[in-house]
Amino acid sequence: MDTSVSPATQTTDTPAVQQAPKVQARKVNVFYGNKQALFDVNLDIPDRSVTSFIGPSGCGKSTFLRCINRMNDTIDICRVEGDILLDGKDVYARDVDPVILRASVGMVFQKPNPFPKSIFDNVAYGPRIHGLASNPEELSEIVETSLRRAGLWTEVADRLDEPGTGLSGGQQQRLVIARAIAVRPEVILMDEPCSALDPIATARIEELIDDLRNNYCIIMVTHSMAQAARVSQHTAFFHLGKLVEAGPTEQIFTNPNDKRTQDYITGRFG
Amino acid sequence: MAALVVVMLLAWFNGRTKAMASAGAHPSTLHSLPGYSGTYLAIWSVLPAFILLALFGLFGDLLLNLQMRQNLPADIRALPVEQVELFMRNARALAFGGTASETSTALQEAAKAYANLSRISNFVVIGAVILLTIGGFLYARGRLGKNFRARNHVEAVIFGVLVVCSGIAILTTLGIVLSLLTESLRFFSEINALDFLFGLKWSPQTALRADQVGQSGSFGAVPLFAGTFLITFIAMVVAAPVGLYSAIYLSEYAKPATRRIVKPILEILAGVPTVVYGFFALLTIGPFIRHAAETVGLSAQTQSALSAGLVMGIMIIPFVSSLSDDVINAVPQALRDGSYAMGATQAETVRNVVFPAALPGIMGALLLAISRAIGETMIVVMAAGQSANLTANPLEPVTTVTVQIVTLLTGDQEFDSAKTLSAFALGLVLFIITLGLNIVSLRVVRKYRERYD
Ligand SMILES: Nc1ncnc2c1ncn2[C@@H]1O[C@H](COP(=O)(O)OP(=O)(O)OP(=O)(O)O)[C@@H](O)[C@H]1O
Ligand SMILES: [Mg+2]
Repeated sequence: MDTSVSPATQTTDTPAVQQAPKVQARKVNVFYGNKQALFDVNLDIPDRSVTSFIGPSGCGKSTFLRCINRMNDTIDICRVEGDILLDGKDVYARDVDPVILRASVGMVFQKPNPFPKSIFDNVAYGPRIHGLASNPEELSEIVETSLRRAGLWTEVADRLDEPGTGLSGGQQQRLVIARAIAVRPEVILMDEPCSALDPIATARIEELIDDLRNNYCIIMVTHSMAQAARVSQHTAFFHLGKLVEAGPTEQIFTNPNDKRTQDYITGRFG
Repeated sequence: MAALVVVMLLAWFNGRTKAMASAGAHPSTLHSLPGYSGTYLAIWSVLPAFILLALFGLFGDLLLNLQMRQNLPADIRALPVEQVELFMRNARALAFGGTASETSTALQEAAKAYANLSRISNFVVIGAVILLTIGGFLYARGRLGKNFRARNHVEAVIFGVLVVCSGIAILTTLGIVLSLLTESLRFFSEINALDFLFGLKWSPQTALRADQVGQSGSFGAVPLFAGTFLITFIAMVVAAPVGLYSAIYLSEYAKPATRRIVKPILEILAGVPTVVYGFFALLTIGPFIRHAAETVGLSAQTQSALSAGLVMGIMIIPFVSSLSDDVINAVPQALRDGSYAMGATQAETVRNVVFPAALPGIMGALLLAISRAIGETMIVVMAAGQSANLTANPLEPVTTVTVQIVTLLTGDQEFDSAKTLSAFALGLVLFIITLGLNIVSLRVVRKYRERYD
């Protein structure tokens, strides 16, 4: 069960340089009240690539994702044991402020959740609360670069002061990604980012994720095998709160070690 | 009445039994469930009799009086209208064993006749009720049978009852508005509407007799509305921040256990009778404000706009907090998550995301609270006084529209004077203001609900 993604097995389109994993999980157990949701999860996640989490509903994918930026702190009954290391540093250490941690580990949710503010203010939200811009010009610059990176700039450049809630679902999701990018995170967590979108909007987001991979460590939960195969370089398969298997996407999909992985991928349970 | 209930129950069981019997061994062949047949029978036995009783209650006295007036001796009928009325009133009082303001043989006789008449009419009505009950019962029972559509008939009756009930509510409201309108029109035919709306002096004493001097009466409503708005403003200065912050605390910070205790306590505030707030204001807050003002060298009276406003503010805190709490809770959790995931603290999230998202609803809650404050009377009577000062100084006594309406109508006054009629005009303007506020605020709240549902 103690599987990890070793950098040596990365696919050929990423430089085969030996690099330390960006995120490491060591013996992570998570409880909601008395109910245990994750059991002894050990996993290494490399930087500058896309790692996808797959597995049947309720197996703990979201729970694990939310451990990485400590979003589980906002749930009273949730308790996390074990270590999660970001660049080798435990994010659950006493001296780590979750507020600062979340600035470097951004998150995109299943349903697009733009704030009821203008498009500009949505993207400027993070830079403002973290004081990233010292003057208005700098702020507009951050907003523009973030929107460009999210592939939304051309569509919204002339209506930045319109409400973000007025955009289409796919545009909203890219707006939310731009909002996350604006605080210059190192890791971006995405929990089923395309499940509320139509195929065309999904294709746009997948393209975007592929672009972003060059600069960020992206961790994505998805229910679509095809999507995991298309956009991710590494895949981790969860089942009933346990990490069953993790490795390069190609290997997981063509030659899984575990019977359960094989069954899930070929659609025999789900 | 009790007898009618008993009859109803009996009829219900009888109808049910008959329906069952008519179906023989196969209850399912009945068109309607047996219970419906029972209900049908019960309705027919009781409803006509009940309607007769209600009509008699409403119009019986009227008929009786009419009858009696015709039997009055000619010399009394020749008297002026008021004296005839007085005679009749005395006769009625005597007939029911009371005392009259004068006695005479004519009166005695009239009283006896009246008593007789009322006894006879009672007998007639009771007889009619019994007949109707039996008749209705027999008629309906005759119609019951296997294929009788009892359910449809019962549904029709229920429908009718519902329509009548909602009709009563609507008609009453309409009636109130109409009477406000007509009486106000009468007032405005005596007093210029512009003088009323923009006049700066309020002293509604009119001359009762032509030889009285200096009692011309002036009906400038501005001081009253100024007083109303001053007190409402002070109340909102208290209630808006306190209510809002406690709502934010309750919905964002408080643990569920705390919330379960604190919220009901806040809502108890809304259940305190306003007269209690009133004497609290008069006996505690008022003197306190006067002392405080005097120590800093200001003159103040026990009755002041400030004490009324403060206490009224406390009274409407629960309105603001409870409504705002609902609106804040309706803000989707996804928005909060989004903000936390950006690295915002809880306070930043509340200020930058939750509060703006809830703002329209909060505005609605504040507007509702304002219209509540404008309509409040009791606290102001006790705490702010009744003198119509046009002032912006919260330490002086002022009066409000509602308080003046009370004083106008509770004094000894003939009903037609401009003084009493002015109460209707005040009521009308007040009604229009609060109605407008309510419409605006409900619309704001609804619009906000739609956005997130
Ligand atoms: N807030 C919560 N309170 C209590 N239990 C929870 C909570 N969130 C998740 N759980 C439980 O934890 C387990 C894992 O849930 P999680 O949301 O991580 O699953 P998931 O793999 O993301 O599923 P899905 O694919 O449906 O999103 C489930 O059994 C769920 O019931
Ligand atoms: Mg999930």
